[in-house]
Amino acid sequence: MLNSISISQIYVLDQDEALDFYVGKLGFEVGTDQDLGFMRWLTVRVPGDAGREVLLERPGPPSLDPGTAEQVRELVAKGATGGHLFLTTDDAHTTYATLKERGVELTEEPTERPYGIDFGLRDPFGNHVRIAQTHR
Amino acid sequence: MTSVSKAVEDTNRRMLRARDAMDRAYAEPLDVPSLARVAHVSEAHFIRTFRATFGETPHRYLQRRRVERAMLLLRETDRSVTEICLAVGFTSLGTFSRTFRDVVGESPTQHRARGPLAIAPTCFTKAWVRPSSFGEAST
Repeated sequence: MLNSISISQIYVLDQDEALDFYVGKLGFEVGTDQDLGFMRWLTVRVPGDAGREVLLERPGPPSLDPGTAEQVRELVAKGATGGHLFLTTDDAHTTYATLKERGVELTEEPTERPYGIDFGLRDPFGNHVRIAQTHR
Repeated sequence: MTSVSKAVEDTNRRMLRARDAMDRAYAEPLDVPSLARVAHVSEAHFIRTFRATFGETPHRYLQRRRVERAMLLLRETDRSVTEICLAVGFTSLGTFSRTFRDVVGESPTQHRARGPLAIAPTCFTKAWVRPSSFGEAST
């Protein structure tokens, strides 16, 4: 019936800052960056994984009324909106070191898990990102 | 966006940074002054604001974080209760046992008897297995 997950969404509080972070620091590439008039449709993807994109959506009117948008922004900032991304890498330790050098807010060092080595970080807004070197 | 809302966002983000620091360095002797520095606020302001943001004091959050780690180690390893107590950041076995029972509703030894946990991504286990301080999950 279904084929794949093509786009999923997280809220970001500033799309330019989100681009700086996801493309400039984490190494994503832009999928689409288009002003649709009513919204800026901004997606990013991991290079080499063209089938799966993340929509970086700004909460605000008219999609959300101003009061609700404020609530969403405040929840994103306290890490409570569930904006999780799970990414994979070939080498967790090297990727960690690279991101540290780039000034990324790392929340957990590479740690051995039953499923591999993974570490955690926050995007500038409060979303939670994990990067894992999984056992194959 | 109002300036009040922007201020709340900034505060929330800084409280989240302090909470992340507790998640990361739970085994270290964390104190309020150092956490307040992470959040860039005064000590008194930090405790009050953290509680308003996350519904519990930073001390209580850290206790639950440590107890959650202890719960895992009790069920997944053969290390002694004393060893686990020290490994998760408690300095006294008495405080550990009292806090554990207070938070979990049973003693460390009773908890150990429950056996190993199912495997899930650790960050989710951390958030979902953590004992609640809000009363609804007491055993």
